Amino acid sequence: MDVIVENLPMYLDGVRVTLLICLYAAVLALVLGTLMASFRVSPLPPLRGAGASWVTIFRNCPLTVVLFFMAFGLPEIGLNGSYFWFGTVGLALYTSAFVCEALRSGINAVPAGQAEAARAVGLDFSQTLSLVVLPQAVRTVIPPLGNVYIAMIKNSAIVGAFGVGGDLFAVGTTLTSARGEAALPVLTGVVIGYLIITIPAGLLLGVVERKVAIAR
Amino acid sequence: MTTQVLYEEPGPKAKRRSLFSSVGVGVVILAVLTWVLVTLGAQGQLTVEKWGPLIDPTNGTFGPLWNLLGQGLLNTLLAAALAVVLSLVLGTILALSRVTAARWYRWAVVGLIELLRGVPVVIAIFFASRVLPEFGVDLSLVWYLVIGLTAYNMVIIAEIVRAGILALPRGQAEAAYAVGMTRGQVLRTVLLPQAFRAMLPALISQLVVILKDTSLGFIIGYEDFVRQGQIIIQNLGNPIQTYIVIAIVFIVLNYALSRLAIWVEHRISHGRKAATDATAVEKEVAGD
Repeated sequence: MDVIVENLPMYLDGVRVTLLICLYAAVLALVLGTLMASFRVSPLPPLRGAGASWVTIFRNCPLTVVLFFMAFGLPEIGLNGSYFWFGTVGLALYTSAFVCEALRSGINAVPAGQAEAARAVGLDFSQTLSLVVLPQAVRTVIPPLGNVYIAMIKNSAIVGAFGVGGDLFAVGTTLTSARGEAALPVLTGVVIGYLIITIPAGLLLGVVERKVAIAR
Repeated sequence: MTTQVLYEEPGPKAKRRSLFSSVGVGVVILAVLTWVLVTLGAQGQLTVEKWGPLIDPTNGTFGPLWNLLGQGLLNTLLAAALAVVLSLVLGTILALSRVTAARWYRWAVVGLIELLRGVPVVIAIFFASRVLPEFGVDLSLVWYLVIGLTAYNMVIIAEIVRAGILALPRGQAEAAYAVGMTRGQVLRTVLLPQAFRAMLPALISQLVVILKDTSLGFIIGYEDFVRQGQIIIQNLGNPIQTYIVIAIVFIVLNYALSRLAIWVEHRISHGRKAATDATAVEKEVAGD
């Protein structure tokens, strides 16, 4: 296990890069996912179709294929960029489909009676939405959205497998392949690195879930 | 919830307005798609040289190319099938031991589940392919991939099965014990079949995940569908076209599987709630 201690700065840097990829992808996926969710509940059929196609494409296509397309397809038409950005944007595109479905299920889960009751006591449209429907929708959405993001953190390892410099996965390949260290201790370190991100994230999600959960 | 409740029922004027905006939005979407096609065309990505080998059966390379891709697809399906069977068996064992076993043992199982659930599947595959050989376990590539996929998916399936068992009415187990069944019999003949039935849609959805994750075999050089695509790209220099075709195959396969899951779910809930809830289910499916 000495190899972990000796290369601790490298591991910490790996955690930092992984978190950075996740942060950018999370924000971008939230923006895209919200946009697509609003498309999917919109009254206009073409928008609904566009949202549904987006979700079908990115939910059923392996992230690997999305990333390969970004990294090797886009340069063919003159779009060049770093693997870091190709990977992050690819991860965001893929995750946005799941974010969209989580948001949509949350909005759909608010019983129609809630809005009807709000309108019956004389709240107008914006009051109904902001005071009654959205607060409930947000609370139902937190558990599925949290799961989507934990899955995204784990998927970020695939981005690393595409040769993004310095993330946790890359630390594993650098130490085992380039420096010929024994795989077991090196990769145990990588696994620990991911666990110290994902397990607290899961626990935190559980706490938030209990705090905001609404019995239905 | 339908957004209908948030708004007034649209009158003739609002309906006209929404028709106009629908057409407007449709035109914008078509314009974007056209722009994408024109850009691709301008970059020479729509030529017969690039697409022909993939979609034109009269093309000389079409046959060998799809032979190669077909072999890759078979390899992908093989790895996925092995991983599914192994995950199902091990996941069920894990779930049962978590439900029934002594406390210390249960904590060990929970620990294992939490551990494996927190590890990215790509790391699990990489781990298997690098660490097992160090211990003298020399397997063919497909098994490293299968072991990695199984390590991750068996705990997911264990949780699905456990949720299925816990969701059953208590009376089921109580009645089975009351007629003198042993714990093993109760689980095997009463609880598990019902749990599997209830959880079938979730299990089918997990198949989609396994099928998608099989494409991670590229990191250990397993000759799956995506890897064969790379070989084609090296020879023909058409990454955009090949990846689009690969993506379409995956999307069609997985979309069919998810429709199957929805169909099964629909059937199960129909069976259970009989006529009383049929209309509600109908509505839900239509709103999907």
